[in-house]
Amino acid sequence: MVMADSFNFELVSPERLLLSGSVTAVVIPASEGEMTVMANHAPTMTTIQPGVVTVTFADGKTDRYVVFGGFADILPTGCTLLAESAVHIDEISRDDIAKRIEVARGELEAAPNDEHRAGIERYIAQLGTVQGTILPA
Amino acid sequence: MPSLKDLKNRIASVKATQKITKAMKMVAAAKLRRAQEAAEAARPYSQRMGAVLANIAQAVGQDDSAPRLMTGTGKDDVHLLVVCTAERGLCGGFNSQIARLARDHSRKLLANGKTVKIICVGKKGFDILRREFASLIIDRVDLREVKKLGFGNADEIGRKVIALFDKGEFDVCTLFYSEFKSVIAQIPTAQQLIPASAGEAAEQSDAIYDYEPDAAAILGDLIPRNISVQIFRALLENVAGEMGAKMSAMDNATRNAGEMINKLTLNYNRQRQAQITKELIEIISGAEAL
Repeated sequence: MVMADSFNFELVSPERLLLSGSVTAVVIPASEGEMTVMANHAPTMTTIQPGVVTVTFADGKTDRYVVFGGFADILPTGCTLLAESAVHIDEISRDDIAKRIEVARGELEAAPNDEHRAGIERYIAQLGTVQGTILPA
Repeated sequence: MPSLKDLKNRIASVKATQKITKAMKMVAAAKLRRAQEAAEAARPYSQRMGAVLANIAQAVGQDDSAPRLMTGTGKDDVHLLVVCTAERGLCGGFNSQIARLARDHSRKLLANGKTVKIICVGKKGFDILRREFASLIIDRVDLREVKKLGFGNADEIGRKVIALFDKGEFDVCTLFYSEFKSVIAQIPTAQQLIPASAGEAAEQSDAIYDYEPDAAAILGDLIPRNISVQIFRALLENVAGEMGAKMSAMDNATRNAGEMINKLTLNYNRQRQAQITKELIEIISGAEAL
């Protein structure tokens, strides 16, 4: 098997830099569907939806983070993921996500228009999926 | 002339005050370190955000599809000032400096016939600005209960601002906060939030990007987020600045208390000696008289 080229990946949330290092592949929950970024990817900018980011390091180890919306800036030489909020998968619990869903529900009441409401409903549905897939009860 | 007992009480009370200011200085120093760490940790995000924003703004260009948050309303009649100050006093001129900058700014705007609206973040700024602009303050955000400042707090303020903008409540939004230069230097700063300036484009922006879903949609999503990020940064800088200012203010207070104790102790000793001398003279002259 040919070793895949590595590239620089950064995962940042407003509070801190979670991860910065050399990786071979990253799976991103992009808004148009999951995508795997590898070295020499075409320059792409995409929004991301709540989901799991899977990072594969050069030594074959993988690591997973849960992100809640944000952006990915992909260049052939590197990838930067600006997450609105990001947590390592070991540090998240069902309650955390349930709490976020609760908060979003509260916003639903106050949503000024249908478009906004639809956005929040989609967000809640995505959170539900995340809850179901990553954290089997 | 205060009596010996008065002086003794005075010294005791100044000593107690000195103990408190010393403790406050220590607390401020510890909090300052944490605040600085938080500000540092938040820096990569805002930097990258700035770079991404500049890139994408260049791609969208002066297109009509550019969101209104970026192009503005085309007017500058109504100004919204978001004034961020601390929740607590005892930090030297920190709060009044920010408030003064905001006050001068709004006076100038009012003199030019503009309408001014103010949102106060933090109690101290509200207390100061209330005296002159009570009718202009449309909202205030209380962060007193917040132990550790999170992005959520800033996001809340950002959403409020954007909601007001969407309702057409203002044309230009300016953020007031104090930039943290060092422990002894905090610079009150005014920064324009809306219309957002894209900043300098990054160098490697000649790459041709694919956009998912499309550039305008991403930009429309990115700019509100950027506003929250800017507010978050301002709040973090403010916390660091407040702690720095408090530290030096409390350091000064401790030193002043020390000086005062010295002076009072000198005074006390002099009086005590004078009294002893007086008593001796009384005894001697009494003995001579016999």
